[in-house]
Amino acid sequence: MKTHFHWSLRLLHWLMALAVLAMLFIGAGMVSSVSARHLWLVDLHKPLGVAILVLAVLRLSLRLATGAPPLPGELPKAAQLAAKVSHLLLYGLLLALPLVGWAMLSAGGYPVSLGGGWQLPPLLAQSDHWYALLRPAHRWLAYGLLVLILGHMAAALVHRLVRRDGVLASMTWQRRPSR
Amino acid sequence: MTLSKQRARWLLVALPVVALGAAFAYVAGALAPDRLTPTTYVRQLEANAGVHPGYRRNHAKGLCVDGYFDSSGAAAALSSAAVFAPGRTPVVGRFSIPGGNPLASDGKALVRSLALQFTADDGQQWRMAMISSPVFVVSRPEAFIELLRAQAPTAASGKPDPARVSAFFAQHPETAAFRAWAGSHTPSDSFANTQYNSLNSFFLINDHGRRQAVRWSFVPQTPFAPGAADAGDDFLFDDIAARLAQGPLRWQLVLQLARPGDPVDDATHAWPASNPHIGAGTLVLTGGAPRAEGACRDINFDPLIVPQGVVPSADPLLAARSAVYARSFDKRIGEQAQAEGQQ
Repeated sequence: MKTHFHWSLRLLHWLMALAVLAMLFIGAGMVSSVSARHLWLVDLHKPLGVAILVLAVLRLSLRLATGAPPLPGELPKAAQLAAKVSHLLLYGLLLALPLVGWAMLSAGGYPVSLGGGWQLPPLLAQSDHWYALLRPAHRWLAYGLLVLILGHMAAALVHRLVRRDGVLASMTWQRRPSR
Repeated sequence: MTLSKQRARWLLVALPVVALGAAFAYVAGALAPDRLTPTTYVRQLEANAGVHPGYRRNHAKGLCVDGYFDSSGAAAALSSAAVFAPGRTPVVGRFSIPGGNPLASDGKALVRSLALQFTADDGQQWRMAMISSPVFVVSRPEAFIELLRAQAPTAASGKPDPARVSAFFAQHPETAAFRAWAGSHTPSDSFANTQYNSLNSFFLINDHGRRQAVRWSFVPQTPFAPGAADAGDDFLFDDIAARLAQGPLRWQLVLQLARPGDPVDDATHAWPASNPHIGAGTLVLTGGAPRAEGACRDINFDPLIVPQGVVPSADPLLAARSAVYARSFDKRIGEQAQAEGQQ
C-alpha cells in the first residue's frame, strides 16, 4: 500500500509552504506599513503570487495524477471528512488568492507589473464594482488561508505527536512508524 | 503514557501554531497600535477635513483633463522608457488643490497640483502627482503625520490652533525652504500658468543600464499673471475649464539632473539651479471634464507606478505616498461602488 505522497508532491508541498507563509506575511506587512519596506514588499508580492499560482496548478495536476496515501483506518469519520474538506479548501485558496489579486489589480486600473518590464494582461476591465468586491475578498480569503494553514499545521502535529501515526511522515522523507 | 507527558505533547502541538498566529498579528499591526500605517494617515486626513464619501482623502477637489505628450527625444539617451522616445504618448490628468474637502475654496490653497498618467504604446504606464511648490514641506512621513495632527481643527473653534502649527514648524527646521517659498511667492491667476514639480527624485535608466538621478518640472507656456485677492471659491477650476474649452494648453517637461552630492532622498532640499536641465518634450492638455465624468476619477495617481527605464529613489516620502494613496483609493472606490449600487 502507498505510504507516501509522490516525491514531487512532497517537494512542492514544502516549497509552497515556505512561499505561501512568506506571501501571507508580505501581504500583511505591506498594507500596514508606510516605510521603505512597503515598496520592496509590493515588488515581491506580485511575482511571488504568480509563482504560487503556477506551482499550485502544477501541484494539483500531479496530485490528481499520482493520488494520496490513505488515511489511517482508525481515524474517526469526522476527522476523515475534516481532512478531505480542508484539503479541498487549501487547494481552492492556493489557486483563488493569486487569481483574485490579479483580477483585483485589473479592476482597479493598476498595471500588473512583475518587475523587469514584465507585465501581465488585465484579467478584467477596469471597474469600481469589481474592485470594491475583489479588494476586500483578497484580504478575507488571505485570512481564511492563514486560519486553514494553522489548522493544517495543528492537525499534522497532532498526528505526529499525539496520535503518532504516519500521516505527517507521508509528506516527508521519513519512514512511517511501524506499529 | 503518563498524563504530564500527554500534556507536553499537546503543548508542542499548540506552541508553533500560536507562535505563527501571533507573528502574523504582529506583522499585520494588530499588536503595534502606535505604528504608522496607511490608515493612520487616512484617518487623520478625515479628522482634518471631514469624511466625504467617494472622494480622495487628500486633493479631494479636482478636475479631470486629457491630452498628450510630445517627446522631443532629448531624454531618450537617459532613459529607455517609451515615453521619452520621439513621438506622442496619450495622457490622462487631474488638476487639484490639497486637502480632503471637495468644496474647499481655491483662494485658500497654498499649493496647486497636477497629476498625470502616461500610457505608452508598449502598455507601460507612468503615473505622477506633482505640486507647485519647489520643495516639499517635510522630508519624512513621520513628520508629515505630525503636521497633519498639528493642523487638526480644535473642538473649540473648528479651526486649527495656530500655536500648534507654529510649534510644529519651530521643531522642524527642514520646513524652512518651503515656508520661505510660501511666504514670498506670488500665486498666479490660473492652473494654466503654474509650474508643477516632481519634488521627489527618481532614477532614469538608459539602454546601457546607466543611472541618472533626476527631478522634473512641467513649466507652463502660458504667460504668468498674478491672481486677484478675492477671485472666488472656484476661480481656478472655472478658469481652467474655460481655457481648455477655448483651446489646448502647453507645458514643457524639463528634467533637472542631479550632480554628485545633490540630496536625492530629501524633497525639502532643492537642487542648484545651475544643474544641467533637459527639455524632454511638451505636455498638451486638450480637454477637461468634471470629476464624475472624467477618466481620472478611477485612477490612483501612485507615484511608484513607473515604466521600465524609470526607478524610484529611496526618498521615504515615495513609499508612504504610495501606501497611503492605495488606502484612500480602496476606501473611496468602495464608497463609490456602494453609491452606484444604490442608484
